[in-house]
Amino acid sequence: MKAGIIVFPGTWSDRDCGHALGDILGQPIAYIDHRARRLEDLDLVVLPGGFSYGDHLRCGAIARFAPVMDAVAAFADRGGLVLGICNGFQVLQEARMLPGALLRNASCEFRCEWTNLRIEHADSPFTNRCRPGQVLRIPISHGEGNFYAEPETIRDLETRGQVLFRYCAPDGRITAAANPNGSLANIAGISNQRGNVVGMMPHPERACEELLGGADGNLVFQSAMRSLAALVA
Amino acid sequence: MYRAEVFVSLKPVVNDPEGITIRSGLHALGFTKVQEVRSGKYLVLTVDEADEASARSAVEEMARKLLSNAVIEDFRFELHQVAERTAVESR
Repeated sequence: MKAGIIVFPGTWSDRDCGHALGDILGQPIAYIDHRARRLEDLDLVVLPGGFSYGDHLRCGAIARFAPVMDAVAAFADRGGLVLGICNGFQVLQEARMLPGALLRNASCEFRCEWTNLRIEHADSPFTNRCRPGQVLRIPISHGEGNFYAEPETIRDLETRGQVLFRYCAPDGRITAAANPNGSLANIAGISNQRGNVVGMMPHPERACEELLGGADGNLVFQSAMRSLAALVA
Repeated sequence: MYRAEVFVSLKPVVNDPEGITIRSGLHALGFTKVQEVRSGKYLVLTVDEADEASARSAVEEMARKLLSNAVIEDFRFELHQVAERTAVESR
């Protein structure tokens, strides 16, 4: 699986994603400049976390118009796998490739801490290595991760099975105390209707080896590897 | 030359934790009659357009495309004609 990691000015998690995908999982990776107009020979596109364009105006608002984003949209239209992590999730929403928006955390604080995520659907390209209801430990690191969408959008996401990750207690219960940012319905990550574009606020690349405190994040990348292998087979 | 003052605010249905925090601050200072605070953005644009209609449609498009996010925000703006020199000086 060749992964392209998009680098905007202000992106900070590109090397961490490269470490997880390249060093830990042994996949070929390429760093893609935000000015690139073509994406060639890629199986997965990752939009990493950070503060693209200083997060000015709104998180992801400027990055969404970077030249590379037309190529990312075309890649997704062809069915290519796209994963937006943290700031990358915000960029995908600004680009309307994913519904909803991410507001300022309800606490008004930047939160950098471990969270527990319940797998809501294990049949997506980014969760197929998990079991439904499995709890993954993956950290968050954001000030604007408070998932918001209009009630009918939330209803559609739920009925179509597009809510993939929800903040939960260690035993999997969905509680207000386990919600680090005020997200509606404890939503931590969603997919588009087709399932090939996913956005999540937690950072799987920061949970890719025991040295970092856990390796649950690898399951997200390994799921993408499995679904691509199934396509080839 | 026109100067546009653009106001971007969260839609009334969207929770505004910043506004709520500011309201608590005001209450703590004794301004207990403050019922609600909504926070937002104030942007001033100087645009080189010949007439008001084209300035209005240009700013409208900018606000829709980039300055605001229709999922969570509303915007409004005011246009003021400014002399060429004033616009340059204000930079």
